[in-house]
Amino acid sequence: MTDNLLILPVIIQLVIAVVSLFFWSRTSYQRISSIIGNVIFLAVSFILFFHVKENGIMVSQGGDWQAPFGITFVLDLFSASMLVITGLSGLAVSIFTAGSMSRRRALFVFFPIYHFLLLGISGSFIAGDLFNLYVWFELIIIASFGLITLGGGRRQLEGALKYVTLNLVASTLFLTSIAFVYGLTGSLNLADLAVKIPEVENQDLVSIAALLFFVGLGIKTAVFPMYFWLPASYHTPMSAISAIFGGLLTKVGVYALIRVFSLFFLPDSFAGTVISAIAALTLIMGAMGAFIQKDVRKVFSWLIVCHIGFMIAGLGIFSTVALAGAVFYLFHDIIIKTNIFMVSGLLYRINGAHTFKFIGGLYEHYPKLSFLIAIPLFSLIGIPPLSGFWPKILLIEGGIQGFDYFIVGAILLGSFVTLVTIGKLWITAVWSEQKSVNYVKHFIHFTQLSKIQRFAYVFPIALLSVVSLFFGFGAFWMLDIANRIAEELMNPDLYIQSILQTQ
Amino acid sequence: MTTLILKTAATYLMPLILLFSVFMLLRGHYLPGGGFIGGLIASIALVVYGYANRIDRIKQFIRFHPGILIPLGVSFSAMAAILPLFFNQPLMTGLWLSGSYPIIGNIGTALLFDIGVYFVVVGATLTVIFSIAEENMKN
Amino acid sequence: METVLALLTGFMYAAGIYLVLRRSLVKLIVGLIILGNGSNLLIFLLGGITRGNPPVIGENETMLTGLYADPLPQALILTAIVISFGLQAFAMVLLQREYVQGGVEDFDSIKEEEEAL
Repeated sequence: MTDNLLILPVIIQLVIAVVSLFFWSRTSYQRISSIIGNVIFLAVSFILFFHVKENGIMVSQGGDWQAPFGITFVLDLFSASMLVITGLSGLAVSIFTAGSMSRRRALFVFFPIYHFLLLGISGSFIAGDLFNLYVWFELIIIASFGLITLGGGRRQLEGALKYVTLNLVASTLFLTSIAFVYGLTGSLNLADLAVKIPEVENQDLVSIAALLFFVGLGIKTAVFPMYFWLPASYHTPMSAISAIFGGLLTKVGVYALIRVFSLFFLPDSFAGTVISAIAALTLIMGAMGAFIQKDVRKVFSWLIVCHIGFMIAGLGIFSTVALAGAVFYLFHDIIIKTNIFMVSGLLYRINGAHTFKFIGGLYEHYPKLSFLIAIPLFSLIGIPPLSGFWPKILLIEGGIQGFDYFIVGAILLGSFVTLVTIGKLWITAVWSEQKSVNYVKHFIHFTQLSKIQRFAYVFPIALLSVVSLFFGFGAFWMLDIANRIAEELMNPDLYIQSILQTQ
Repeated sequence: MTTLILKTAATYLMPLILLFSVFMLLRGHYLPGGGFIGGLIASIALVVYGYANRIDRIKQFIRFHPGILIPLGVSFSAMAAILPLFFNQPLMTGLWLSGSYPIIGNIGTALLFDIGVYFVVVGATLTVIFSIAEENMKN
Repeated sequence: METVLALLTGFMYAAGIYLVLRRSLVKLIVGLIILGNGSNLLIFLLGGITRGNPPVIGENETMLTGLYADPLPQALILTAIVISFGLQAFAMVLLQREYVQGGVEDFDSIKEEEEAL
């Protein structure tokens, strides 16, 4: 296999997007092409992942221009595993949307925009160049603007307004940081920057660039002082769209932060403390926000903020163990956040409402379904053999080794409040009695759906639950991968050498 | 807007401007021009024609929804990027045919990319203008 | 030249951020545009302003000689302009629809209607 084929996942998403644009008005073709395309995407990602795992980093120089000058595409173990996780989430959301979205809504070009979004996401994983990363991010936010306003209700527009404004400001800051980096080093290639940044005389300006980068991506990632847009907007679009947003969008930001801060903006002890403090505050504020909400999707939105803190904490502690924890948590979080937003869609279909006041009776009427949604919800808390448990252990171990007891406390507190919140949700939604609800007009109850539609609601949740179970019970294998990724991140020499072709 | 002078002029101007846009598209690799500019000029030609007559006249003239040009153009441009992969070259490597032609110069994947951009620009511009014009007509 | 551009960039950032922080929807979008242009100008400035030759290798030479201009900043700026053009167009349409539906032009009057708990 030649290294140039690492671009295939991006091309597959592009092809699906174009195909579904051609079938502008035939939504059934769009649904089929979306599902088949994502299956192929997943298969190719798996092949690439195992190839990278066996043979090491793949590098492709765009346009055949050698490394620091051209656009470089890189696939190392970290990005390859992110591609696989993206493929899993993307496939689940494809199936979920194909079944759950009514024709009227799907006609508003959901599938093309969705695949352009996945194109941007998979592109940002293989980008080996800071400006290229920026371009993929812009593609992501343009597509996400399209998705968040889809349908265009009043509430949705208001949510979108906050989302759009904050993201535009964040992009500008990101671009400003790129300008500084280019001005200081004359290069934008990630590997080349890793060589050149330590040689820059004016390290203060490097810190400013790093700060701007952190703020710009921090807004997109929703870390502590910059997270208010997320709970204000993520509960407004359809569940399928919230699922892909909650699962992947903020996590791409985390990926970029981990990549860049481990390569050249290496956090010194002061920056590490600042990042740790921000992570701790993100955990605490997110947990407190989730605790007081009384709406399923708002609870989940706040939990996204809260759990971003775990990954940022790993970056703040910055040791191999902690980074392994952060990376493992990243994988777990993408799967689980996609899954719980789909669960919220399922709960809505059954109860006709999102607020705690009107939901209930799941165990009474659908005992099998309540066992199914137990898996994602309990994995989210991190109850021992399930998937959330292992990365937290790594993070706590890293915190204790680094004498960062404050962050350990925050992690424990965040986990505890998640437990209480999900427990409350569980009691309300599953164990309590069914409430009488005035359904909205034209509401189609779960029982009125066709068999295929019901399958499309349940199967993706089951699929991602199986993945979560694998993360939990196959933790040994996953820990192995996470450790390898963390070691590669801590010692990026191999990464730099394979891109710059130096010996 | 529908004056006789503009109407008569537009009938003759439109083919000329369209031709000019193709000229700009083809010379774009080494000289000023290219797909983006060519596409804009082509859409100006159609818009002038539309304003001189009525906006639906463009629709009658081109006979299909301009939105279809967007995926067509994207697939052309993508093809230019993907084609080198079949020759075991990295993405976006320029492939060139031997031989040189007047105006166009060498033919290669860059031209394919420009043609794609041309279609996307025409499609996007006309789609936006149509939807705005339709909204105005409703009001 | 550098000093003037640096001052101008700073002014544009300040003006953009000031306008974004205002309550009016129109000022918000104007602020975003100014902010975007400011960052493009910053790339131009930090890319190094040289009065050099175009970076084209002559026919009988194998490498660039003499003082030549860096071709990359303009490519970066062009990309950034196209991207921000698309984003700003989207934001404008969004604000217009928000204005049509909500009928207000002031951020303070846009409050999320909390569902009855």
